[in-house]
Amino acid sequence: MKKITCEACQHLNPEGTVLCESCGKPLEEDQYIDGNNKTKLLNMRYEGSSRRSQTYNKSIVDQIWNFFSSVKVGVTLIVITLIASAAGTIFPQRMYIPPTASPATYYEDTYGILGQIYYQLGFHELYSSWWYMILIALIGISIIIASIDRVVPLYRALKHQKPVRHKSFISRQRLHSKTEDVSKEDKELLIKGLKKQRYKVTEDNGHVLAEKGRFSRWGPYVNHCGLIIFLLGALLRFVPFMYIDDFVWVREGETKVIPETHSKYYIENKEFIMETYGDSEEDARFEQALADKGPVAKNFQTNAVIYENSETTIGAEPKLEKVLEDSIRVNHPLKLEGISLYQTSYQLNEFKSMSFIIHETDDQEEEELASFTVDLADPAREYNLDNGFRVTIDQYFADYYLDNGIPRSQSDHPKNPAFVFSVYPPNSDDPEVSFAGIGRNVDATGQNEYKVGLQNFEIRDVTGLTVRRDYTLPILIIGGIIFMIGVVQGMYWQHRRVWIHPTENGVWLAGHTNKNYFGLKKDIEKAIDGTTIQMVVDQAEENKKE
Amino acid sequence: MGDLITISSNFLYVAFILYLIATLFFGGSIRGKKQQEKVTMSSKIAIVLTIAGFLAQLGYFITRWIASGHAPVSNLFEFTTFFGMMIVFAFIILYFIYKLNILGVFTLPVALLIIAYASMFPREISPLVPSLKSHWLYIHVTTVSLGEAILAVSFAAGLIYLIKVVDQTKKSKKTTLLEIILYSLFATLGFVIITSVFSAVNYNATFEFPFEGEISEVDYHLPPIAGPNDGELLTTERMDSLFEAPGWMQGVNAARKFNTLIWSLLTGYGLYMIARLILRKRVAAAIQPLLKNTNADLVDEVSYRAVAFGFPIFTLGGLVFAMIWAQEAWNRYWGWDPKEVWALITWFFYAAFLHLRLSQGWHGEKSAWLAVIGFAIIMFNLIAVNLIIAGLHSYA
Ligand code: HEM
Repeated sequence: MKKITCEACQHLNPEGTVLCESCGKPLEEDQYIDGNNKTKLLNMRYEGSSRRSQTYNKSIVDQIWNFFSSVKVGVTLIVITLIASAAGTIFPQRMYIPPTASPATYYEDTYGILGQIYYQLGFHELYSSWWYMILIALIGISIIIASIDRVVPLYRALKHQKPVRHKSFISRQRLHSKTEDVSKEDKELLIKGLKKQRYKVTEDNGHVLAEKGRFSRWGPYVNHCGLIIFLLGALLRFVPFMYIDDFVWVREGETKVIPETHSKYYIENKEFIMETYGDSEEDARFEQALADKGPVAKNFQTNAVIYENSETTIGAEPKLEKVLEDSIRVNHPLKLEGISLYQTSYQLNEFKSMSFIIHETDDQEEEELASFTVDLADPAREYNLDNGFRVTIDQYFADYYLDNGIPRSQSDHPKNPAFVFSVYPPNSDDPEVSFAGIGRNVDATGQNEYKVGLQNFEIRDVTGLTVRRDYTLPILIIGGIIFMIGVVQGMYWQHRRVWIHPTENGVWLAGHTNKNYFGLKKDIEKAIDGTTIQMVVDQAEENKKE
Repeated sequence: MGDLITISSNFLYVAFILYLIATLFFGGSIRGKKQQEKVTMSSKIAIVLTIAGFLAQLGYFITRWIASGHAPVSNLFEFTTFFGMMIVFAFIILYFIYKLNILGVFTLPVALLIIAYASMFPREISPLVPSLKSHWLYIHVTTVSLGEAILAVSFAAGLIYLIKVVDQTKKSKKTTLLEIILYSLFATLGFVIITSVFSAVNYNATFEFPFEGEISEVDYHLPPIAGPNDGELLTTERMDSLFEAPGWMQGVNAARKFNTLIWSLLTGYGLYMIARLILRKRVAAAIQPLLKNTNADLVDEVSYRAVAFGFPIFTLGGLVFAMIWAQEAWNRYWGWDPKEVWALITWFFYAAFLHLRLSQGWHGEKSAWLAVIGFAIIMFNLIAVNLIIAGLHSYA
């Protein structure tokens, strides 16, 4: 690697260095890089250290590196992403349109031609589109490259800084003063004053560097690190092991295996509770709002028992042992070995069982000849009954409705069960076909001798639980915390430095901070209080006035 | 409970009046030739009144919390008033750091407008649906509004800066933009005035219209300029709509909200024109002389420092706490809901602001314009997303 020798102190600096690493004198060859020239104030960015992006520009790797390390590019990427994100809110995203609607027609039907264009551009799934992902990835790359490009040389420069600085470095700092005659005591007083304000002082041959808050310089890099960790965490979502998302319906009284636990855990739904406002006395205060808005849900809750299965042989009867009993409510998921169960859905008043009797069609009294009960969660195909009757279920509609005259089931939930029964009278192989449901009882031929009548039913609620495991969460949390630490670290502390440069009888003073010159000036003012040392002049403001 | 609610509203009323008077006193303190960072009698009275107003509003907040049993940040009225209170809070803090009287002249009216705006929405206490019953929700909402409030102060400082430095001797793009910003404040005032007037006379017109395959009804409390799509007026003796709202607007109440927006813009325009007639020049040009003694650099510093404080607080509230709550309530920390997306946009925007300022040296005027745009994004999220884009967070 090419080296540049400092004329003043003979130090060998890496190519691209702007201010000599050792004495701070601007290097003839490179000083233009950060907009320095011979007369103006020094540009102290990144300590005038050699940054790769400002030094090499030959190979394609250099060019890519330089591209991504530019803050302009970074900000441009951020702004593009910002605009793209906004575009995704013009019409609802796919996941927010009715689940049964087909996006191909929904957008056009609802929003007209604009909706159609939106759909065809793929904006209805914008945030998972390849180009949006690429934008985020580019921001990530930009953050990484820009940070490395700066933090490495900055670290080197700050680690090796020496108290002895070239005169031109001192006089071209923004805060600067020259005092001709300074007594030894006053110099001591100044150093003491700085130390009192918690400046760390290093001395070399009468040259002094007082410094505080250097750690704040790492703020941006710490916060960017946090962002990258967060992004990686979000990316890990796509690794199957890290993230599972499942769902289970559990009826009241039922015990079911919890998905994704490999039959290790079971859940029993003891009771599902749904409450609305207005039932308790306390709710009187919401009277007016309830009158305006109608009923408002207050609580969705599953009282659940969790069991552990100690039987590991596949196919064998599970051996269940109760582990815990708890309620699952919205905002209060149940947590179990990295898995969380969320209250997300419910069905009220699902039919649990229906009891039927068989009687003679003409019998006004409907005297029971035989009876049977259908378990709707698991209907048997055939029922052998008293008095030699036999019934088979030919068709079962859990949630019956007529679709253009054809009976169908709307869902798998027994919300409106209906059956087609074949009733075999005693000693007969000739069945009579009956259709029975809630409030329905149809005789297929009109000539049935026996009728199936609904006698009784039981209902129960069903709870719908989302089963989640998300091992990416800790990573996101760590990323978030690091980000916040970095922001605070960089934002509320500043890296302040004061150089004291001895001259024949007096001192030159120089001050630099990365932010908040006002604060640094105050520090210096306090430190020189009671001495004959001249207060520093803000040369940037002087220049502005001229 | 009824009593407590009355006490609570009275507190809010008192707070409003106090802020109003405090604004006048801050106005008094910037007159004359004195340096504007100077503490004067008038500015002392002003800040005491502001603090008194803040305490009164705190009283409103606490009594309402007791009355409703949950933190009053759960509907549009409550949340927006809270935002107004946070703006005052942020202002008080920054005032004690910088002693900048002019900041009061601009910040307090913004807070006043926001509280007045909030009061136009239903004020009854409402019950919480289960997903809103979470401590994380309170933590999220309060930090978000504190963060946004500090950013609002940054906006006020940016606006001061712009009014001071933009050349008003001739018409330019910048002067037009400035007028548009000021006009938007007039439009907010217009909304408050026109809504109050028609609610005082109990105006009501009911429409029937098809919505998602069913016939719905909607009550207009402002005369219908824009009626519902395919709507039919049911109330007799009321004027019928001049035209229909476009069909793509989402939500049952979309047309009514659209109608309100038109009314606000028109009323605001009327007010703005009156102001122009009285002043006989651009509004910003009329304000500019008052800022003669304002230290532009200090205002610029305040605007930036407010972002430096507001950004991390907003990040914490609007993204971090929001994600924690979303994870608990909906089992996903991020769902690309419009409100969430706009919080992300706000965050991106202020990240860009900081980079431009710290790395590209965008100080002064450029930075002030950015502060204004940032606040526009926040207000868009607060108002427009609620009105236009219905989502999980939609209150109204
Ligand atoms: C949304 C993403 C980003 C966020 C939230 C963010 C946040 C921040 C913050 C808060 C600071 C200021 C720290 C301080 O000085 O106190 C900062 C500094 C910085 N950021 Fe970012 N950043 C993001 C993306 C980027 C990108 C894409 C680049 C790539 C060029 C970048 C480059 C820098 C640099 C170079 C600094 C240091 C500025 C200086 O010299 O003082 N950042 N970042």
